[in-house]
Amino acid sequence: MAWEFLTVYWREMIRFVRFRTQLLASLLQPALWMAFFGVAMSSNLDRFASAIPAPSGVFSVDYLTFMGAGVIAMTTLFTSLFGGISLLFDKNWGLMREMLASPMPRTHIMLGVSLSGMTKSFIQVTIIMAFGLLMGVQFFPGFPAVRIVLSILGIFAFVGVFSLGFLLFSSTISMRLESPEGLQGIITLLTLPLFFVSNALYPIQAFPPILQALSIYNPLTHLVSGVRYFALGGDFFAVGAHYTTTTADVLASFAYLVAFAAVMYFLARQTFQKAVVT
Amino acid sequence: MEGDDIIEVRDLEHTFDGFAAVRGISFTVRKGEIFSFLGPNGAGKSTTINILTTLLPLQKGTVRVAGYDVAREPGRVRESIGIVFQDDVLDRDLTVRETMEFHGRLYSIPRDERRRRIDDLLRVVELGPKRDERTKNLSGGMKRRLQIARGLMTRPEVLFLDEPTQGLDPQTRMRMWEYIRQVNQSGTTIFLTTHYMEEADMLSDRISIIDDGKIIVSGTPEELKNALGEDVVYLETEDDRRARETLRGIGEIRSVTESPRGLSVTISADGSHCLPQIIDAVRGAGIGISSVNLKKPTMDDVFVHYTGRDLRDTGA
Repeated sequence: MAWEFLTVYWREMIRFVRFRTQLLASLLQPALWMAFFGVAMSSNLDRFASAIPAPSGVFSVDYLTFMGAGVIAMTTLFTSLFGGISLLFDKNWGLMREMLASPMPRTHIMLGVSLSGMTKSFIQVTIIMAFGLLMGVQFFPGFPAVRIVLSILGIFAFVGVFSLGFLLFSSTISMRLESPEGLQGIITLLTLPLFFVSNALYPIQAFPPILQALSIYNPLTHLVSGVRYFALGGDFFAVGAHYTTTTADVLASFAYLVAFAAVMYFLARQTFQKAVVT
Repeated sequence: MEGDDIIEVRDLEHTFDGFAAVRGISFTVRKGEIFSFLGPNGAGKSTTINILTTLLPLQKGTVRVAGYDVAREPGRVRESIGIVFQDDVLDRDLTVRETMEFHGRLYSIPRDERRRRIDDLLRVVELGPKRDERTKNLSGGMKRRLQIARGLMTRPEVLFLDEPTQGLDPQTRMRMWEYIRQVNQSGTTIFLTTHYMEEADMLSDRISIIDDGKIIVSGTPEELKNALGEDVVYLETEDDRRARETLRGIGEIRSVTESPRGLSVTISADGSHCLPQIIDAVRGAGIGISSVNLKKPTMDDVFVHYTGRDLRDTGA
């Protein structure tokens, strides 16, 4: 077994820690979303939501808690989509030649970069959950300790697979593009529909049928469903909608994300094997 | 001599979008020598080095490096070579030690061995005290030395140096030449590209002059210079006109021209052997000589002779 991808991972993590501004921004950004958007939205939405009371016996979730899962998903999406950019810089600064001219299999470059992107997402998600708890996000309501631990593992599993898929996607684009501006453009173009045609900030039950259908294919929707299932349970009421998620639903969502990551892996592998960088 | 060739290139051609960068070159590099590709920018040097180091796919021709075919066994080739790239390709935010560590790990050198080699090599290139410095804080010469140390870390059979002293000041350049010689003496074959005449001249065992994607001439620096057969003797005498008449008769002298500063005598044979003859002849005619200067052709002259233009005119 070849472990050279850990070398790439090690270097990426050194860079992450040393780029002070990048480190700080990536840690602050999700907290700021929670602090400003979250508080502003929840103070409004919770007032409207009280017009539709939860059916009796169903656990009701406030907006900040509902959105907490969305912020986890959104942060993971952004971080992962941008994760490949270090390959673009490597390429443009000539650093990639060192790796391409070495005996290390090329797939290890993308694996190392992806693994480090995944680690960054894990760190961010941890911060969001900790910060969210401080702000009054009610994750894991009444869960016993064992269930909390299992739930956190579940959330990490979803975040991990999801970020892997988008990191590989981002790596593929980065290898094919010449400029960081191009990547930025593509990412901006993608994040809007991905983010808004999903259940991250609001229920999709009220979407027009086309958007509803589209949102089902959106990997972000599946990530959010998974995170909410583990953080809030399979039966709760939020923003005027009743959410019931069975174990089968969650497994299906997970399978969808795994399939997405697998497709991205093959695309990335093809790109890397054919890449010529001089 | 088959077994002594560590690089064999036959009929190599390479085209980028219809532009022929390399147009059918063949050469061999012998084990243990310093071999130079001398030519202006855009001559095809980098393209060739990129193919030899497997960074560019082989389009046409055959290339064997360290006994392996670059098209069929690129992995083997990669294990056998070291590369020092043209520009300073160092990760600005890694320290000197981490830069070496990263490279060693890419080649799966076991940890203890890696540490030992890093210590040794940093000592050789005198970067030991800088081991925890980030590479962005190094001077140009230090960066280049670090890259050479990195290239040597895997104990390659062939070390490729792409314009190793470009942009360095003269003093640092001399030091780099020292290092390159040292590396070569310890048994590493060196393939070097350069557009500096004196670099090729000083370092190489053999040189190929490349221009416009073709090898124009190959040989040792001495062979190339002697092949011009144009040593020039500059003479200042009491009476240049009479001296000129006197010299006309000597067999090896091709031409004598007069200028306000004296006579220039172009000789078709080895100038150092003709010089006493010239002096005797002029003195024998009773003409006093106030100064004599023998100029052997330089690599510049060689380049101009074979390509019809000055290397410095090509924007190199």
